[in-house]
Amino acid sequence: MVQLSLPKNSEIKKGKYFKDKTGSKNLRKVNIYRWDPSTDEGPRIDTYEVDMDNCPSKVLDILNKIKNEIDSTITYRRSCAHGVCGSCAMNMGGKNGLACTTPHAEIEGDIDIYPLPHLKVKKDLIGDLDGLYKQYQSIEPWLKNNSTKETTEIYQSKEDRAKLDGAYECIMCACCSTSCPSYWWNGDKYLGPAVLLQAYRWIIDSRDEERKARLKKVADELKLYRCHTILNCTNACPKGLNPAKAIAEIKKMLAMANV
Amino acid sequence: MKAYNIIDHEYDVVVLGAGGSGLRAAVGLSEAGLKTACISKVFPTRSHTSAAQGGISAALGNMGEDDWRWHMYDTVKGADWLGDQDSIEYLCKEAPKAVLELEKYGVPFSRTEEGKIYQRPFGGMTKNYGNGIVQRTCAAADRTGHAILHTLYGQALKHNTEFFIEYFALDLLMKDGECKGLIAWNLNDGTIHRFRAHTVIIATGGYGKVYYSATSAHTCTGDGNAMVLRAGLPLQDMEFVQFHPTGIYGHGTLISEGVRGEGGYLVNSKGERFMERYAPNAKDLASRDVVSRSMSIEINEGRGVGKDQDHVHLHLSHLDKSVIENRLPGITEAARLFANVDVTKDPIPVVPTVHYNMGGIPTNYKAEVLTMNGSEKTVPGLMAIGEAACVSVHGANRLGSNSLIDLVVFGRAAAKRAAELVKSGTPHEEIPETETQKCLDRFDKLRNAQGDNSTAELRLSMQKTMQSKCAVFRTEKNLKQGVDEIGKTYDGMDSISVKDKSLVFNTDLVETLEFDNLIRQAVATVDSAYHRKESRGAHAREDYPKRDDEKFMQHTLAWCDGKNTKISYRPVHQSTLTNEVQYFPPQERVY
Repeated sequence: MVQLSLPKNSEIKKGKYFKDKTGSKNLRKVNIYRWDPSTDEGPRIDTYEVDMDNCPSKVLDILNKIKNEIDSTITYRRSCAHGVCGSCAMNMGGKNGLACTTPHAEIEGDIDIYPLPHLKVKKDLIGDLDGLYKQYQSIEPWLKNNSTKETTEIYQSKEDRAKLDGAYECIMCACCSTSCPSYWWNGDKYLGPAVLLQAYRWIIDSRDEERKARLKKVADELKLYRCHTILNCTNACPKGLNPAKAIAEIKKMLAMANV
Repeated sequence: MKAYNIIDHEYDVVVLGAGGSGLRAAVGLSEAGLKTACISKVFPTRSHTSAAQGGISAALGNMGEDDWRWHMYDTVKGADWLGDQDSIEYLCKEAPKAVLELEKYGVPFSRTEEGKIYQRPFGGMTKNYGNGIVQRTCAAADRTGHAILHTLYGQALKHNTEFFIEYFALDLLMKDGECKGLIAWNLNDGTIHRFRAHTVIIATGGYGKVYYSATSAHTCTGDGNAMVLRAGLPLQDMEFVQFHPTGIYGHGTLISEGVRGEGGYLVNSKGERFMERYAPNAKDLASRDVVSRSMSIEINEGRGVGKDQDHVHLHLSHLDKSVIENRLPGITEAARLFANVDVTKDPIPVVPTVHYNMGGIPTNYKAEVLTMNGSEKTVPGLMAIGEAACVSVHGANRLGSNSLIDLVVFGRAAAKRAAELVKSGTPHEEIPETETQKCLDRFDKLRNAQGDNSTAELRLSMQKTMQSKCAVFRTEKNLKQGVDEIGKTYDGMDSISVKDKSLVFNTDLVETLEFDNLIRQAVATVDSAYHRKESRGAHAREDYPKRDDEKFMQHTLAWCDGKNTKISYRPVHQSTLTNEVQYFPPQERVY
């Protein structure tokens, strides 16, 4: 018989409850996924009562408030705090996003905060993105052009440059890939929306001389065609980009070109 | 003390930091065939270079005539004559080459009709030595830093640079005044790593987080600067902290100077374009210290906007829709998210916000770290680049778009110099165990700290003190209070507490180590400011309103042993590097 029981760490228990100590009348309950690899305990959900009268508007503000004032052991990544570095990607109220740009007012009821779905968890809200970074490296994200002119740039028309809009802005937060059921299932082989958007960014750069080789490289049943146009990726992107469209464009180029 | 498991590594060169300058150095070192490690506490594309918006300066002349000498003059004047002109010459002359190189790496610059790199006007950038505005700032929309950082990371991957990601650096390993490597803590598995290297290049960025309101990321804690202080070496010109005129009121998010470059302007509560009074020629494109001071005066004299009259408005709704859409999409998004403003209809509420540290680790134009021992001396085995370094090209005030160019020009220079100095594969000297022990003692002590003061409380107290006592305008009295208060906060460390005792991703301990780094730099900053009794660039003393070239055409050097500082000075380099340009003697600085 196949063993169908879940691994030990997948059972989430109820954790500690941190009652408000400020006397605030405007409280919200915040439930946070906790797991510490240095103990033998499985994951748990800790609950914090947070005084919303003295908390700025974003989910990251809540996390900082908890870490600074209630429980300094909660662990999450954060850096720029204005949506450009991509560190604080997590799952809030059931949706992937950046904690620093997600208003908590948009989440109804208790605020549930989890790591990005379907990643190995390193600790608390910190997911393991090493696999995604390796896939990023595999698409060779650098310009391939043999120009040796040192005195001028490689010219690019405004129209050709405009093709990069919507692709170069990706901040690699992984909100899209970790919202994709295909990526959940085949994340070791399917490149996923984040990396395919990056592949597309180099494929359509008019300065790149290896377009065909790049297309050929991703033209693979698993790397590319595991995309089933579910569109969760586009829905999840906190920068308003459209990875699904980029993937569709790659498929179209492959269908029409002789590579 | 509990014994820590130490893993040893040997490299020709170790680069600490993976932002714009660290990555550019790593690429150059890998190209030169040196065995290179690049260590970073965050994944490279999360570095704060990603937040740079407006652009990167270089006299390419794509939008009309330009000359690197004009760029040099502007930078010297912007720096209020505190910059070293040999280094500034090097920066401006190398700038066009460095930008063209970035373009070949793949940076998606915006384009002109002819397909060249688009350049926009920026504060303090002029033609023909101050006669009219020039378009010198190369831009990738308003996401130039993001575009450059991601491209440089790609180049590093191309060159198979060895990365150590999410490693937190603890201390330098010194021996007889030379740097021999460093120790870092791997957050992923809690192990301690000792890197031996013939050269360590510090590229850890600025320390904006000593202030309460800053455009800086949470991770901008100047870790490398503090490591240098703990190694018994000085930091330079720490009193020069740039307040960017346009941080979003209440949140601190940066709104690029590119907005004013594209035609946006500042307005007070009377609806007046007040910059016309303070800088009749450059107006809203005067250099940042000038604009920030003007805004502060408007606010102090009761002409601020809002309920508390404590900020001003940045208007851009008059701009062409296509300009906003194509050249300023990022700030449109930021204004919506953090100020709830539709920039096509309403002005953005803005206030001067801490943005950049002109001061840092003193270096020469080859990126070699300097110290004073009777005279100026290099520290063998140690280099510094980027915001962490004080070359000094920015002097008392940096011009907008001169930071990104600083990153790549000196990142490249450091790699070149290291390639000259280090022969690949040279055996490493033994380092006495006492250095490792000293470092781990501090680490262990903080990890097991069980006092009464939380790191967050101490950090807040430091940030509030710096914000109120060492801000845009300064006085003897304020600074003295600042010195005393920061000293008290420093003493609070004796009873600090760390609740998380684990070693894997212990961000409680990371924040405490970062605070330990920040507070030392706060000490250096406020004490350097106290001792500089003149006004120059970003350092505006109400009690000494004039620049004093006789006494203070000098770089401040601050050594800190805990909260005790020693302040000394070294003369500004008053000569150029070559005879392709003449030295620019000090003048009155008007815009």
